[in-house]
Amino acid sequence: MYKFLLCWRYLRTRYIALASIVSVMLGVATMIVVNSVMSGFTSEMQNRLHGILSDLVIEVRNMSGAPDAEAHMDRARQVAGDSIETMTPAVVVPAMLSFYYGGQWFTRQVDLIGIDPATQSRVSDFAKYLQHPANRRQVSFALRDGGYDLRDHQAGAEAAERPQMQDAGWQHRRRVAALRAMGPRESEDREVPLNPFDAHRRSPEADFDMSRQQRTGLVAGIALANFRDHGEERFVLLPGDDVRLTFATAGDRPTATHQLYTVVDFYECKMSEYDSKFVFVPIDALQNDRHMIDPATGKGMFNSIQIKLKPGANGEAVRDRLQAAFARDHYVVQTWRDKQGPLLAAVEMESAILNVLLFLIIAVSGFGILAIFFMIVVEKTRDIGILKSLGASGAGVMGIFLSYGLSLGLVGSGVGLGLGLLLVRHINEIAAVLGKVTGRPIFDPTIYYFYKIPTIVDPWNIAWIVFGAVGIAVLASILPALRAALLHPVEALRYE
Amino acid sequence: MSDEAAGGLGSRAGKTRPGATAPHRPPTLRVRGGPALEGGPHLDLSAQAPPGKLLRPVSVTAGIDLATRMPFKEKAADAACPDRAAPPRPGPPAGYQLEAVGLQKSFRKGPSEVPVLKGVSLGVRCGQILAIVGQSGSGKSTLLHLLGTLDAPDQGEIYFNGLRIDRLPTSQRDRLRNRHFGMIFQFYHLLPELSALENVLAPRMIAEGLFSFWLHRKRHRRAAMQLLETVGLSHRLKHKPRELSGGEMQRAAIARALVAGPSVLLADEPTGNLDRATGREILDLLHSLNREQNLTIVMVTHDPLIAEQADRIVRLVDGQIEGQ
Repeated sequence: MYKFLLCWRYLRTRYIALASIVSVMLGVATMIVVNSVMSGFTSEMQNRLHGILSDLVIEVRNMSGAPDAEAHMDRARQVAGDSIETMTPAVVVPAMLSFYYGGQWFTRQVDLIGIDPATQSRVSDFAKYLQHPANRRQVSFALRDGGYDLRDHQAGAEAAERPQMQDAGWQHRRRVAALRAMGPRESEDREVPLNPFDAHRRSPEADFDMSRQQRTGLVAGIALANFRDHGEERFVLLPGDDVRLTFATAGDRPTATHQLYTVVDFYECKMSEYDSKFVFVPIDALQNDRHMIDPATGKGMFNSIQIKLKPGANGEAVRDRLQAAFARDHYVVQTWRDKQGPLLAAVEMESAILNVLLFLIIAVSGFGILAIFFMIVVEKTRDIGILKSLGASGAGVMGIFLSYGLSLGLVGSGVGLGLGLLLVRHINEIAAVLGKVTGRPIFDPTIYYFYKIPTIVDPWNIAWIVFGAVGIAVLASILPALRAALLHPVEALRYE
Repeated sequence: MSDEAAGGLGSRAGKTRPGATAPHRPPTLRVRGGPALEGGPHLDLSAQAPPGKLLRPVSVTAGIDLATRMPFKEKAADAACPDRAAPPRPGPPAGYQLEAVGLQKSFRKGPSEVPVLKGVSLGVRCGQILAIVGQSGSGKSTLLHLLGTLDAPDQGEIYFNGLRIDRLPTSQRDRLRNRHFGMIFQFYHLLPELSALENVLAPRMIAEGLFSFWLHRKRHRRAAMQLLETVGLSHRLKHKPRELSGGEMQRAAIARALVAGPSVLLADEPTGNLDRATGREILDLLHSLNREQNLTIVMVTHDPLIAEQADRIVRLVDGQIEGQ
């Protein structure tokens, strides 16, 4: 009883001890903030990756692809039909994207993906990242008549405007066509006649009216089309522009071929890696252009099948089952996690290292507690003697200081917990204020994938942090408490 | 064992203990008489005691495990001054409530050993006031600490009610100090963080666990308040020690020493830090406690005037009892 009374009185009369737990408090608060942000970041990124990549992907090792996607999908259904919700074939090839802007040609390296517009958005969040509201509802490779988003629809109210998107679509295309009609013809339109002596054969290009016709539609990653100029977003490509894609044909002697496509929409998943790489075209057009039609059956070839699993299905298990069914030397079956393994592992590693470092801060504060406790024990030497002369046992005296340490730890981590949760709750406002004060944005959406700092508060994680901090406070008070317990009562009483 | 069984010796029926529910009984007349059960071949200091208190009947109980007797009882007064010599026991002969035999104690200072007590033997009977006088450095306080089991002698034995206590396990010595010895000091030694009332309650808090104390808190508070009233401090219950005068602090310390109902009060220069008048009051208080509650008091002092009022005086010179 006296332990708790004295502990309570010491707690109330010795504010210096409270100072010693400020570091515990700050450590706990920092750990909570860092962990919440890290797990928010990780989870958000995983969601995005997952959304972009679909649950499972069967890839054909041969870039020329394999014939008959239907047969493959049937086989997959046989093996793991109970877990598969839907599938869609795709063709993925490296390509070059060229476009004419400001008097010169720009060429970018891209991943060209042929998709089935009808089924693609069922296996992944593809449609969600498009810029035209109608395309988000139903993916289409037809150029729209305008109505593209003027703001980033995913970012919310804070997103900067994109005034150039105002006339994206047919309006832009017609204007480009009109400009071209006035000026000299650009090299992109200059077609060498297939046979100069064949006077009757007119080049198909000659009949093409840009202001009324579109080429095969293409959805480009938005980072291919825009850049940041002093914080402002500038588009060098707009829906309605024509671009040239250069890629290798299928077969054992691939040759480079090129085709003109019309940009019909932008794809913006907020992961710059994908936004600056992905270019989507209809799968049948790509199969044609790459000569990926099986002459025997007339069916197109594919080199990737994206699979969406039923909710609750175990991706790893299904992957293993599928891999067993599809020969390993021809097919690779991967979950989205497998495909992004290094990135996810890096984030996890970063989070673990940060946790270790921050916990060391709390451990360091343990030594502060130890020092201050020693001082308090020295200060209280006489009181300890009195208590012992009154019959208090060594264990009882030890109990005073252990419970003192425990309560300091509880107070410290309690306040730290409150502070941490408060910081997490208002982290975006705080980042904004800090950004204003320092003149540098703390959380730059161009660097990170998100407009807002994502946070997730994990109760278990917090419980561990608080438990660890309290444990350190108690551990740090063991030594001083032991010293108090071992004090000889007579020596202690004589102490002045 | 009853007083009657002890041969009609001093009846202690009317005696109350501090902490008992009714500490304010008028002093009962006690019949003093009966044979003194002196038997120690080795020491008899009774010659120094005033004749009136010489024949205090004292005996010891033996063969009883201290541990089992220890638990605090509200009316456990009878255990304090056992009035009958029961079965013969080993060790020194009966006669004293608290007895030291051939105590030696030295302190190590660097390489040399400084002997403080060089074979001190003394005893105090139940209800007696024993004054230990001597100059500074004569070893009085050390002797008192040894008697109160705060320290262990290098050699020699200490008996309480005939049981050897200097070699008890720590936990039992703690309990002994808590329930059977009350201690007061020259510098009061109150806990500065606690109020007067809480200071008085401290031994009770130490004796009982959180739950049990909480369960009996009202009774304990009442007892402590009555004790504070007895020592004349009922108007200072909530005051912290720093808000009390020296005399008041010593009164609070006395109340604290008595709260667990001890049978022996060990006082280390209780008036040493007080002015003469206040010291006088404190002494009167101790004497009245001795009278009314038959409290055995061992008092260390360097003031011969104070010592004179004790039943017996032991003079400690250079670590030895004068004339021993």
